[in-house]
Amino acid sequence: MTAFTINGRKVDVKADADTPLLWVIREHLKLTGTKFGCGVAQCGACTVHVNGEPVRSCSTPLADVAGKQVTTIEGLSPTGNHPLQKAWVAEQVPQCGYCQSGQIMAAAALLKKNKKPSRDEIKAHMHGNICRCGTYAAIVRAVERAAKG
Amino acid sequence: MSKHNGYEAVSLSRRAFMVTTGGFSIAVAFGGAKTALAQGAKGLTPNAWATIGADGIVTIMFPSAEMGQGIMTALPAILADEMDADWKNVRVEQSPSDMKAYGNPGFEGIQITGASRSTQSYFKPLRVAGAQARKVLIAVAAEQWKLPAAELATEPGMVVHAKSKRKISYGQLAAKAKLPAELPKVTDADLKPMDKWRYIGKDVPRVDVVAKTTGKAVYGMDVQLPGMLYAAILRAPVQGEKPEKIDDAAAKAVKGVVAVAPLPYGVAVVGATVEATKKGKAALKVEWSKAAPARNYDSDKIAAEYMAIARDEKKAGIVVEKHGDVTAALAGAAKVITAEYTSEHVAHACMEPMNATAQFADGKFEVWAPTQAASLIQIVGGLVFKTTPDKITVHTTLLGGGFGRRFELDFAFDAMGLAMHSGGKPVKVIWSREDDITNDLFRPLTAQRFKVGLDKEGNVVAWQHRLVAESIFARNNPDAYKAAKGRDAPVDDGAELPYDVPATQIEFLREPRGVGVGFWRAVGCGYTKFAMETLIDELAREKKMDSVAYRLELLKKQPRAAAVVKAAAEMAEWTKKRDGRFLGIAYADFGPELPVTSPMKNHAALVAEVSLNRASGEIRVHNIWVATDPGIAVNPRIIVAQIESGVIYGLSAALYEEITIKGGEVQQANFDTYRVLRQQDAPDIHVKVMPSLKDPPSGIGEIGTSPVAPAIANAIATATGAKLRHLPMTPERVKAALKA
Repeated sequence: MTAFTINGRKVDVKADADTPLLWVIREHLKLTGTKFGCGVAQCGACTVHVNGEPVRSCSTPLADVAGKQVTTIEGLSPTGNHPLQKAWVAEQVPQCGYCQSGQIMAAAALLKKNKKPSRDEIKAHMHGNICRCGTYAAIVRAVERAAKG
Repeated sequence: MSKHNGYEAVSLSRRAFMVTTGGFSIAVAFGGAKTALAQGAKGLTPNAWATIGADGIVTIMFPSAEMGQGIMTALPAILADEMDADWKNVRVEQSPSDMKAYGNPGFEGIQITGASRSTQSYFKPLRVAGAQARKVLIAVAAEQWKLPAAELATEPGMVVHAKSKRKISYGQLAAKAKLPAELPKVTDADLKPMDKWRYIGKDVPRVDVVAKTTGKAVYGMDVQLPGMLYAAILRAPVQGEKPEKIDDAAAKAVKGVVAVAPLPYGVAVVGATVEATKKGKAALKVEWSKAAPARNYDSDKIAAEYMAIARDEKKAGIVVEKHGDVTAALAGAAKVITAEYTSEHVAHACMEPMNATAQFADGKFEVWAPTQAASLIQIVGGLVFKTTPDKITVHTTLLGGGFGRRFELDFAFDAMGLAMHSGGKPVKVIWSREDDITNDLFRPLTAQRFKVGLDKEGNVVAWQHRLVAESIFARNNPDAYKAAKGRDAPVDDGAELPYDVPATQIEFLREPRGVGVGFWRAVGCGYTKFAMETLIDELAREKKMDSVAYRLELLKKQPRAAAVVKAAAEMAEWTKKRDGRFLGIAYADFGPELPVTSPMKNHAALVAEVSLNRASGEIRVHNIWVATDPGIAVNPRIIVAQIESGVIYGLSAALYEEITIKGGEVQQANFDTYRVLRQQDAPDIHVKVMPSLKDPPSGIGEIGTSPVAPAIANAIATATGAKLRHLPMTPERVKAALKA
């Protein structure tokens, strides 16, 4: 059993300690907003926050989050009204949408540290998140919009 | 007999799935769906497409798969417009897998999504269905008010009687109404004139963005059913091989593994959790057969073989298009230019790896799948699993990318095959990313050879194009392949020359080598347009003409094509000199296999602004300008997004993406070895939508993809003289071309 907090809720998960956090979140806890994309920390679709830091949940064993705070897209804002989510809607960013939870979680980590990132800083920070629909420009516009507040 | 996913399947009937040219007949199914003509607590259902609730909510079905292209917004908005529904009260719903009610007229009534053929094919049927719903509501109001229907009109969500200033909402009508015994007939005269459109042609916001930014959107990967089992499949390392000896002791010993099942093409590990199936799969020891022809497949050798075949003119191909006498015209030409092009395999790499969930009970399948081909799961699935299409219900989920990969049925059949043996429990099959890439059905590897004859003035008098590749249809749809007498329209897509040339001959030479290939965004256009559009630039240089002026001269008879070329050049400030950056242009058309002058075609011209690091061979793309004429622009904002999307997909393939195969084994497996375009590689993209309102809407999902590579190659050729004729244009190939 591994105990941790997810989106403010305490949970105790019965899964092997080496189980990737991604599958614990998705299949044990049924929070499917966090996506499986590559399994090897290459695409960013599974990005969540652990104690406020962005991590690739596909490559994070469950044991690593014992006693920690995990935040997923479902917990980013209780009402889905995080400034980034609003900006994402305003800019109509998603196409297929599969990578967007990870994109938003990555962007949220950036804005926490850097409230007014430059365009280059945004692009550099978001480089680890792949989007096959090619929403890259819309993502930059949305992060800029959210940063403007 | 054909092979689907390793199962032997009998052939499809020709009608089952035939991509033909003329199939644009208009038929709206009034009835057929289980909800059609029903009237209950839900409200009023005038046809299979729309239900008006007593609460005023209008539910509109969308038949196509939503894979990012915005179809679940664009299609319902067409119907809502004609029925004068109030968009804020519209809810959309994925239609059931019911080809009688929801089949795509552009695919002879099969419910599939591809070839950018949803909006253009459903445009008229949805308008008719909307107009019919509106007429029903008017008839119901007329009955209530005892007024002639001719005196009534509608505004969003309301029937109005101008004379008496009375209004009644659609919801109120639905609450009390009875459907008229006979539904009103709809003719073209009932359709709104263009100037009365409220939603068509407007930037109606997408209905899926909120769910897609809060984690609530449900993809195939997110399907979870009570008592569900998971499965991971170890697939043969080479296409066509089978497991011969399976040591599953270690796999079965993994906690949570329920069963290990041999399949015709691999070994499945079924378990109670995802992690158990992953561990079990890793613990399998399998000896594979070594008999498949694909064992001899080395992609570099195949490319060389294909080129030798392209050069051997004694070997005739299937004629794709021919006019004039090319042989005579070449013989009489003052100069003949020969050009050879190669393109490597590329993968789809949808962000959502392949997956599906299936349940089998009482002789019936239920399948939850992110699929582009609901009807094919039913039709082909019926043949493979020895049942009938009506016993297979397909729930199409959202798709985490499609790009043609989800036209294949392998992932759905994985789940269906296992569900037959799971004691009625649902089974969810999840492919790893490595499974997804190594078992993809790649865009064909191709060799192309051109001979162009010029007269003394440098005018083109002959155009000969020979394309060598494996066929997609020969595997995927053998009857269509046969019916088309060996032509494979997706593979030769784009080859038909849009430019005015007196003699042309285009041939396709199918060369199977044991590795199956598949549809890919814009399929053939990815390599045909690359070759043709770079060659056109070479011909412009032969004539000492500017690339834009040259194209305009050859497109005189095609005003829509000429207009986008002109517009893209203007957007990019074509004649402006810039420091260290160069421009290149390309033009592409996209649409059904109809003459390039058909109004069903989309047209796009694209200018790329690039720079080149001569030492490293690295190309950088800074800006891309696209002008496109889609005919009627149903949702301009979605069109812009789709063009940007197509450009990024095309750019990624132009510069980075390459699958190599050795001894039948795919050498790339994940994003660490299969490079795709990322955020910092993305240029700024500027799109201008230039609708021609007299023409029907055309497909917009693929038109942005193919002109990217040739525009880049043309920019590099202008700057350096280097001829880039091999896709992808990797630094090594660029350096080699610079030295040549």
